[in-house]
Amino acid sequence: MGIVTPGFQGRPRAEAPDLPPGQYLTPDFPVLSAGPTPRVPRDQWEFVISSETGTEYRWSWDEMMALPQETPTVDIHCVTRWSKLGTTWRGVSLDTLLDGVDTAADYALAHSYGGYTTNLPLEDLRDGQAWLVHTYDGDDLPAEHGGPARLLVPHLYFWKSAKWVRGIHLTVEDTPGFWETAGYHDYGDPWREQRYQGD
Amino acid sequence: MSWRAARLVAHRTETPTARTLVLEVPGWPAHLPGQHVDIRLTAPDGYQAARSYSLAAPADGDRIEVSVQRVSDGEVSPFLVDAYREGDPVEVRGPIGGWFVWRPQQTEPVLLVAGGSGVVPLMAMIRGRRAAGSRAPFRLIYSVRTPEDAFYTDELRRRVRDDAGLDVAYVYTRQAPEGWRGEPHRLGLADVNTHGWPPELEPLVYVCGPTAFVETVSDLLVGLGHPARRVRTERFGPTG
Repeated sequence: MGIVTPGFQGRPRAEAPDLPPGQYLTPDFPVLSAGPTPRVPRDQWEFVISSETGTEYRWSWDEMMALPQETPTVDIHCVTRWSKLGTTWRGVSLDTLLDGVDTAADYALAHSYGGYTTNLPLEDLRDGQAWLVHTYDGDDLPAEHGGPARLLVPHLYFWKSAKWVRGIHLTVEDTPGFWETAGYHDYGDPWREQRYQGD
Repeated sequence: MSWRAARLVAHRTETPTARTLVLEVPGWPAHLPGQHVDIRLTAPDGYQAARSYSLAAPADGDRIEVSVQRVSDGEVSPFLVDAYREGDPVEVRGPIGGWFVWRPQQTEPVLLVAGGSGVVPLMAMIRGRRAAGSRAPFRLIYSVRTPEDAFYTDELRRRVRDDAGLDVAYVYTRQAPEGWRGEPHRLGLADVNTHGWPPELEPLVYVCGPTAFVETVSDLLVGLGHPARRVRTERFGPTG
């Protein structure tokens, strides 16, 4: 237990839902990003997975939309402490995209239109844990929330769900991304409250 | 990064809904203007709530400053603005953030664009510039609803007078002060064009405020020809 601050009571405990430590519930959908919002027309959009040997696997918008689509409903947790429960998305499972990609890599570096990057272990993108999503709550994903398409990796803090994602580099070595280089945790498990380096 | 015990040693009222807290944090490491801290409160039954707040001033030994805007349905900010008393403890950890920062070694022109309480980390940069004796040209465009909502009014007036190379322009969205030329309006292209730097000078731009404000301003800046990589943003949603 921390140091008690006299007079502080906090919200009534009874209404507290099952959230990761240090998170609070929001009905809104706040935005965290480091710069201007990129605008990417769908007819110029592409998604590229590149393996550690340099082999590239490309999808145009239409090719991506022709893949099997899923509709995950998940809880999301931002490192800035808001959580949002039961959000519904539509997109392609990373299992589908990685199927047929020949790799022995252990790590992935997602990169985005606008230059954002974030790193994850490749195994966190497999087994029904991650999607490339283009629809939020039944509508096209708005640009400020990462449209036309973003990653969705809901079991990690939401900065790992790269907005405006353009591709994934598969790598043998772990390469810290944008926020990871700026002091945030390399892995970012909300249930272990891995917010910053050293947590 | 561990939690440190801190104590309120002074406070200043900024607006009817915001106050600056001066905390003494023994062992505090140095920080850069633009960085933030997490503040954690603990209730008698062990319940805890933590929020992030931008540091309002450059490093000053064991003392740090944050300026907190009361969020009406918030859990933490109403306590910090209205009820937190001098001498009482909280816990603090940080500094956090390595992107939305201004380093005193930087020499290029800087444009700061603030919406409401988004001025706090930008004020840390203005104060840090002064403290470092920097001559980097600074401009601040500060959008507020009314004159009463503006933070740091007296100090900014004084700094514009005393700090060579600092300009401050206000935009009022609801109500302008008496004698103000022009109507209240939302910050637009003309304001950024008139009071900002042209892209040719390759300024570094820092924008901080509510999400919609930051979206609008950063789109304007990119539209005016500022490279997206030269525009750094910090947004806040409803953080209580």
